[in-house]
Amino acid sequence: MVVEHTYHVKGGDFTHAGSASSKVKKLLKQLDIDPKKIKNIVIALYEAEVNIVAHAWEGEIWIAISPEKITMVLTDKGPGIPDIEQAMVEGFSTASKEVREMGFGAGMGLSNIRRNTDELKITSEVGTGTKVEMVNYF
Amino acid sequence: MAGLRPIVKKEEQGMKVSDLVKEFNLTVFSGEEGLENPVSGGYVSDLLSDVMGHAQEGEVWITLQTHQNVMAVASLKDLAAVIIVKGFEPGEDTVAHSNEEGIPVLGTGSETFEIAGRLYQFLNRGAG
Repeated sequence: MVVEHTYHVKGGDFTHAGSASSKVKKLLKQLDIDPKKIKNIVIALYEAEVNIVAHAWEGEIWIAISPEKITMVLTDKGPGIPDIEQAMVEGFSTASKEVREMGFGAGMGLSNIRRNTDELKITSEVGTGTKVEMVNYF
Repeated sequence: MAGLRPIVKKEEQGMKVSDLVKEFNLTVFSGEEGLENPVSGGYVSDLLSDVMGHAQEGEVWITLQTHQNVMAVASLKDLAAVIIVKGFEPGEDTVAHSNEEGIPVLGTGSETFEIAGRLYQFLNRGAG
C-alpha cells in the first residue's frame, strides 16, 4: 500500500513554513515508522520546505510512503540554482538579510538534507525552478 | 547484577520544565500544558538549521529568536521548552503556536551565557 500526499508551499510565507513537514511527521507517527527514521525525514523535509519559502515563488511537495521507504519530491517555481555544487557547500547561502535575521540562511540547510537522506537528487534550471528528490528507507 | 549499580539516574532526578521555571524564576509566556515535560538537556543556538540538525528530543532551547518559526522547529524536534533571553518577548503567533503544541515558551532577563551556564550546572548537578 502506498500513501500519497501533495502540499502547496507559498514563497515568502514564513508564517506557515514547516506546516507540511509537521503534517508528514504526524502521518509517519500514525504509520508507526521508527522514531529515529522520522527524525531524519523531518529534518530533511523541513529544510527543503524552508528553501522553497525562502527562495522560490511557489512550490509543491509530493510524498509517497510505501512499506519500504518514503519518497519526497519538492518542485518549485523560482530563480533556480546556478551552481548546485556551490550551494551544497556548508555555509554558502544566497538568503536575504531579512531571512538571515530570522536565523535562517546560514548555509546549513542542504548539508542537513544530505546528512539525513538516503538518496538525494537536485536538478535546477535558472529562472525556472528547482526540483529536490529525496528518498529515505525505513 | 543491576542492583549493584549506583542508581542516581536522570529518570529518578526527573527534571521537568516546571523545575527550571522555579529555579531560574522564568516567565511563562505560553504553553503551560507542557510545564511537566521532562527535560533531557539543553541546546543553545539562534540558527534554526543548527537546531534542526543538532538539538535532541526533550532538550530546552535557549535563543534570542522570538518569531513563530521557533515553535515550528521546537515542535518538529519534540523539544521540552524554549527559553527566550535578554527580556525579549515572543510574538503573538509564537504564543499561539506554543499553546497549540503544548511546548512552553519561557523568558529570562539574563543573557544567553549566564542562563546557559546556570542551566548546565543545574542539569548536571550530582552527575560525575
